Amino acid sequence: MKLSILVNEGPYQHQSADTAIQFTKAALERGHEIFRVFFYHDGVNNGTRFAVPPQDDRNITEQWTALAKEHDLDLVICIAAAQRRGILDENEAKRQGKDGHNMADGFRISGLGQLIEAGIQADRLVIFGD
Amino acid sequence: MAEPWEDDELEGPVRKFMYVNRRAPYGTIYALESLEVVLIAAAFEQDVTLVFMDDGVYQIKKEQNTEAIGVKNFSPTYRALEGYDVEKLYVEKESLESRGLTTEDLVVPVQVVNKDQLAELMEEQEVILSF
Amino acid sequence: MPMLHTVNKSPFERRTLDTALRHAVKGAAILLIEDGVYAAFDGTVVADKVKAALKDNKIYVLGPDVTARGMSEHCVIDGLEVVDYGGFVDLVTEYDKVQSWL
Repeated sequence: MKLSILVNEGPYQHQSADTAIQFTKAALERGHEIFRVFFYHDGVNNGTRFAVPPQDDRNITEQWTALAKEHDLDLVICIAAAQRRGILDENEAKRQGKDGHNMADGFRISGLGQLIEAGIQADRLVIFGD
Repeated sequence: MAEPWEDDELEGPVRKFMYVNRRAPYGTIYALESLEVVLIAAAFEQDVTLVFMDDGVYQIKKEQNTEAIGVKNFSPTYRALEGYDVEKLYVEKESLESRGLTTEDLVVPVQVVNKDQLAELMEEQEVILSF
Repeated sequence: MPMLHTVNKSPFERRTLDTALRHAVKGAAILLIEDGVYAAFDGTVVADKVKAALKDNKIYVLGPDVTARGMSEHCVIDGLEVVDYGGFVDLVTEYDKVQSWL
C-alpha cells in the first residue's frame, strides 16, 4: 500500500515524531511505500539541522535524514508553518533576507498543496500529533 | 515561473476529505493552521466536508474581538469558505449544547448533526484530517 | 470496513478516549498508542468503559508504549490485543482509513 504520514509536532516535545519514525520504519519493513512524510504545525521543527541533543539520546532529525536517504523518502516541510517558526532552507533564507539557513538534509520546503496531494494519492494518511 | 511551493492544481481522483476541527481558537494555533489547509485544499476540488466539534465549535463563534490579546482575528475567514466551494459545514449537536451555544451564535450557517449521525458521516469519508 | 481510531493521550489528561468511543461505529477499531495506553490497564476508573466498548469494537494497544511506561502486558484488560509497530501498520492497512484523535 501507499502510505502518507503527517507529523504535527516537533521533536522531543511530544512523542509523535518518534512514533511516526517507528511507524514509517515498520511500514517500509513490511514492503509498503511511503508516498510522503509531511511536517505541519510545530512538526516543521523536525527539520532543523542545528539540534544538538545529548549524546546518549536519539537525534530525531538525523533519524529522519537517514531514513530519507536509505529509502528515498519525500520529507516535506510546510512553508507557511516553517516561515512562522523560522525553519528556512537556503533559497527561502535568501528570499527573506536572513543571514543563514537551518534546514537539515533530506527535507524540502513546499506548500500545503503537497499535504493534500499526499492525501489524494496515498491509500492511507496517518497523522501523528498532540 | 511558479515558486516551488506554488502547487499547480492536481488532475486526478476526487476523494471525500473531512476536516475535523476540535480545538478552540487562539489558545493554540491548530484552528488557524487547519483553516489554512482548508483554503489551500479548495484549489484541489475534492469533495470537502468541514466538521466543528468539541471546542472546535468555538472557532465559529460570533463577535470575536482579539484586539486586547494582540492576535489576528481570523473568524471572518470562515465566511469566505463558501466562495471557495467549501459548503458542507457540520456542527455536532452535543458539542454545541454542552457549551450553551446555538446556531444563532455562529458566524456561518451550519448543519447540526448528533454524534451518531456524525459517526456515520465520518465513516463515509476517504481521508480524515483531525486538528 | 469501518475505520481505525487512534488515541494517543491518557484518559486522565484528555477526553479523546471518550470522544473516540462515542464516534466509533460498530465494527470500528480503536488503537491506544503513546500515553493513550494508560486506558488499557485493568483496575482504573476507565476500565469498565473500555470493557463495555469491547462489545462493539476491537481495541488494540501498542506494546512498546506499554513497556516503556513500566506496565506489563499482563495488566492489560482481557480482550484487548497488544500489537507492535508492525501490527500498527497492519491495522492501518486492514481498516479503510485512520482517524487520529489528538
